[in-house]
Amino acid sequence: MSEFLQLLLSGLTVGAVYALVALGFTLIYNASDVINFAQGDFVMIGGMATVFLMAAGLPLPLAALLAVLAAVVVGLLLHRLAIEPARGASPVTLIMITIGASIFIRGVAQIVFDKQFHTLPAFSGSDPINIGGAAILPQSLWVLAGAFLLFAGLYFFLSRTLTGKALVATAANRLAARLVGINVTVMLAMAFGLSAAMGALAGILVAPITLTRYDIGTLFALKGFAAAMVGGMGSPQGALVGGLLIGILESFGAGYISSAYKDAVAFLAILLVLFVMPRGLFGSRSVERV
Amino acid sequence: MLKVEKLTSAYGRIKVLHDISLDMGQNEIVAIVGSNGAGKTTLLRALSGVQPVLSGRIMFDGKEIQSVPAHLRVARGLVQSPEGRQIFGPLSVEDNLRLGAFRRARENVEQGLAQVYAMFPILAEKRALAAQGLSGGQQQMLAIGRALMAEPKLLLLDEPSLGLSPLLVDQILAAVVDLRNRGMAILLVEQNASAALAIADRGYVLETGNVVHSGEAQALLSDPKVKEAYLGL
Repeated sequence: MSEFLQLLLSGLTVGAVYALVALGFTLIYNASDVINFAQGDFVMIGGMATVFLMAAGLPLPLAALLAVLAAVVVGLLLHRLAIEPARGASPVTLIMITIGASIFIRGVAQIVFDKQFHTLPAFSGSDPINIGGAAILPQSLWVLAGAFLLFAGLYFFLSRTLTGKALVATAANRLAARLVGINVTVMLAMAFGLSAAMGALAGILVAPITLTRYDIGTLFALKGFAAAMVGGMGSPQGALVGGLLIGILESFGAGYISSAYKDAVAFLAILLVLFVMPRGLFGSRSVERV
Repeated sequence: MLKVEKLTSAYGRIKVLHDISLDMGQNEIVAIVGSNGAGKTTLLRALSGVQPVLSGRIMFDGKEIQSVPAHLRVARGLVQSPEGRQIFGPLSVEDNLRLGAFRRARENVEQGLAQVYAMFPILAEKRALAAQGLSGGQQQMLAIGRALMAEPKLLLLDEPSLGLSPLLVDQILAAVVDLRNRGMAILLVEQNASAALAIADRGYVLETGNVVHSGEAQALLSDPKVKEAYLGL
């Protein structure tokens, strides 16, 4: 029982990070139909920039803030320099552009940072807390609370503010959005900026647990993509549920079967979901009135 | 109010508008009639800035606007209610209307909402509902109401009667006349040419991207050539 609880807790922790990456996919996908495979690199930038800024002597909160800003700048540049000039290109072309951008960002990160693994100190100690026989690291609580706050904040933004609703409107109907006076280019840039900020925050929260390096983005992007697909691409609830589900399955797979298959679990989950419910768990059956 | 000179537009290499020229004044309803594929919707989209223009000039309120981006044309008072109920499906009816006022001063929004709800009471009843749950006619009212929320000086109305019951068509056309009487200019695109010309002051007949007739609405209504081709009389 305690082993089960232990695996569940560690699955939830890593799942929360996948959920944040999936949410980044969802935001950009909704606003622009682009599946942004550079999403994982925002996670890397968050963790790595914080590590190096702290090494330069900055306190953690300031380093984290600057790291998030750095990721946002990269996100905005990605939109401005790579996506916007290709406006009107097919989704496949745009996906290839983001894969290229991801490779480019990793290359630059190797030079700006280095090729070593790094870690951040845990935010509030590393004495495990005992819950029903399972041990949970305080940092895991940071991850879970951070993910919850980010989801809640994004939900509030999208459903309660006019700017957030304008973003939803742009996703729902771009032509109509332009006709009511919404600057669609600004909305797309905002989606990239928000996604980058969320990815970077996830990267900072999880760096004390999982280590970070210039190339960790690829795996996060794949897991986050799996989570978004399982939940239904385009659905924020789907991103949350898909992320947690992938995290938990991965953790159980590693614990009960073999840790060698840990990464295979996510992809098995995508295949299963695509066979059984091709639109994902929360995917919309696109209803069109004629 | 609006003056269009030799406007040309194309989809890829296929020209759909050839040297279109038209003008309209304040307090005027101008109808654009013509069959399917004549370029009516393309013309409105070019005026709104969501369809690229190859050449020609668009003067609105005394200023050239052909290179002004779409969202800023809305801010200047050139607003379109598009064809085919282009609403924001997942958002509520009220959110759709509030987004119509995206470029308008915040303090005027409540007053605008009250006016739209007075005009279309069914929208007030369903204000909290997701817009995609509305019937076709209600979605059409929502699209018109949303355009009115932007406080247009010139309203571009694309096929407002499409798919509506005759009763609703009369109601919407009466509303259009009422808006004109309150000082709005309205450019009305309609398949239903006789209904449009009946309330219009002047009209233009479009055929394969060219203006082939224009004049007083009454004169067009009684012109035998127009009658035969577009009024089905």
